[in-house]
Amino acid sequence: MSQQSPKQDLMWMAVFTAVVLSMPIWMEPFGAAYPDLLQKFAIFGIFAIGFNILFGLTGYLSFGHAAFLGVGSYTAVWSFKLLTMNVIPAILFSTILAGIFAVLIGFVCLRRSGIYFSILTLAFAQMSYNLAYSVLTPITKGETSLQLELNDPRILDAAAVAGAGLPSTELFGMKLSGYPGFYFCAVLLIIGFYISLRIFRSPFGLKLAAIKSNQKRMSYTGFNTRPYLLSAFVISGMYAGLAGALMAVTDPLAGAERMQWTASGEVVLMTILGGVGTLIGPLLGAGLIKYFENIFSSYNEKVLHDIFSFLPDMLENVMVFIVNPFVGDGWHLTLGALFMVVVIFLPGGIMEGYARIVAWVKKDRSQPGGDDPHVAKPQPNEG
Amino acid sequence: MDNVENIVLNVSAVQKTFGGLQALSNINLQIEEGKTHAIIGPNGAGKSTLLNVCVGLLAPDSGAVKFGEETLTGKTPYEINQLGVVRVFQTPEIFPELTLLQNVIIPALAKRDGEFKFNAFGSLVGEKELVDEAKDVLEDLGLENQMHDISASMSRGDKRRLELAMCLIQHPKLLLLDEPTAGMARHDTNRTIEILKRIKSRGMTKVIIEHDMHVVFSLADHISVLAQGAIIADGTPDEVRGNPKVQEAYLGGAHL
Repeated sequence: MSQQSPKQDLMWMAVFTAVVLSMPIWMEPFGAAYPDLLQKFAIFGIFAIGFNILFGLTGYLSFGHAAFLGVGSYTAVWSFKLLTMNVIPAILFSTILAGIFAVLIGFVCLRRSGIYFSILTLAFAQMSYNLAYSVLTPITKGETSLQLELNDPRILDAAAVAGAGLPSTELFGMKLSGYPGFYFCAVLLIIGFYISLRIFRSPFGLKLAAIKSNQKRMSYTGFNTRPYLLSAFVISGMYAGLAGALMAVTDPLAGAERMQWTASGEVVLMTILGGVGTLIGPLLGAGLIKYFENIFSSYNEKVLHDIFSFLPDMLENVMVFIVNPFVGDGWHLTLGALFMVVVIFLPGGIMEGYARIVAWVKKDRSQPGGDDPHVAKPQPNEG
Repeated sequence: MDNVENIVLNVSAVQKTFGGLQALSNINLQIEEGKTHAIIGPNGAGKSTLLNVCVGLLAPDSGAVKFGEETLTGKTPYEINQLGVVRVFQTPEIFPELTLLQNVIIPALAKRDGEFKFNAFGSLVGEKELVDEAKDVLEDLGLENQMHDISASMSRGDKRRLELAMCLIQHPKLLLLDEPTAGMARHDTNRTIEILKRIKSRGMTKVIIEHDMHVVFSLADHISVLAQGAIIADGTPDEVRGNPKVQEAYLGGAHL
């Protein structure tokens, strides 16, 4: 938690904005410059940033954040069905409703800490998932998942022309599919990142970090830690709700599998992979996992044969044989291996790797030899 | 203790048992304003239990602890802190992942913001007054050169002084110190004594639990001796020093 001057922060925001908005250009060489994947980068980026406000700052590991994602998606689709195809009400309602859910769930779960908190959140999320498949089917449509229909009321929109197909989501007339959809998500990602940056730099953020560091001292210092934890929980739940809404914006349907524990686990992986408690780490983690999921899973044996075609036939076959289990349906294997390597060698995630490289380069330049590179020296900072 | 108006902390008839063990039996204690009151006694005498009862960590079986007009028994640790009773622990309780400066800013925020304030969009850079005060306190305790270091890397003695700084920035009405010099080297102990003397000249009321007689007799205005959960002697340092019961129970005569 280094304190940087507001000027530096503004500069970082400018760089961040430029990087995000130019993603369609610089993602091209990686084969990732198509709207569908770029939207996912932005949406899961928002999800991970929000999750990091809870997990990264307070250290409370929630295994149930997918529940808020699901609530966001369902709310957004209902907004499309009942009110209007305009996305603004949808994302507002989703964020607010996810926040209300987070107040209720957080109020109960935050009575415990550590592993008990994690289990409680997991229980709540699995309960929501099962409810969505059973008693709540009138709202969630169960297995068929919630979708738009031609005879939806949409009371704020003009009556549909007879014979027209399903309407698409729009922002004041602009259709939000493809690149416009990405840019819409990207703008919200930038806003979400800015809010997260402000929280990290604020007295509130410092208090959250202090709760993570020593909760006993916090209460003997005069802080009631419960409302702080609940605020962090609700904020991160609202981010998840927003992410869920954006999923519905880019593809207007909502299914219960969005609430499953695997989805909750995914955001935990993203955050840890990128770097817990760092500002940008969770975003990198989200990007990396979505990239693997979409690119590696599309590889098959034929693609691999093309890649290794420069090798002699014999070697080519061997390489394809070795690599094949790690791509296609086996991309989870790659992800698992990568995750293990990161957790064992870089517990601070990609951002720790980056910090080590920076420290190593700096030390190399100033003084050969010197102290242990494993001890990351904090940068002197001005309060 | 005739002047009742000057009593800051009033412990009356406190009892506490753990299982079959009588940890505190009928403890009565009055702490006068502006005084340094030491509680001494052999290991297991109930000193820490008494302190824990005072800060709300333990609920007494019977009896009450009053701070001014407020009853402390039954209150949470943060409520007691907000009333102005601040505690230094036997093993330093600091925020190890944060810098020294941040460690001191947090209690200053507690003093200013109260037990909860959602200032998520404020900026610490804008809190110049607060930061300056934190720097002053660190300077006062001789920690200003390390203020941007992560506090986990400090020596044990420095951690204790940091914890003291964290308590002092809150300008407590009553400061409770649980063995502030335990495990310290002699020169560190002397430094702490010197700091505590300086605070005393500012009129802060203190309760010190201490093993080191050198510290106790350098600082205390009043000493209560605890043995087997009961107060066996109570008085000025000279009175306690001369009390044969105390010498037998605790001091053995050798330390003085």
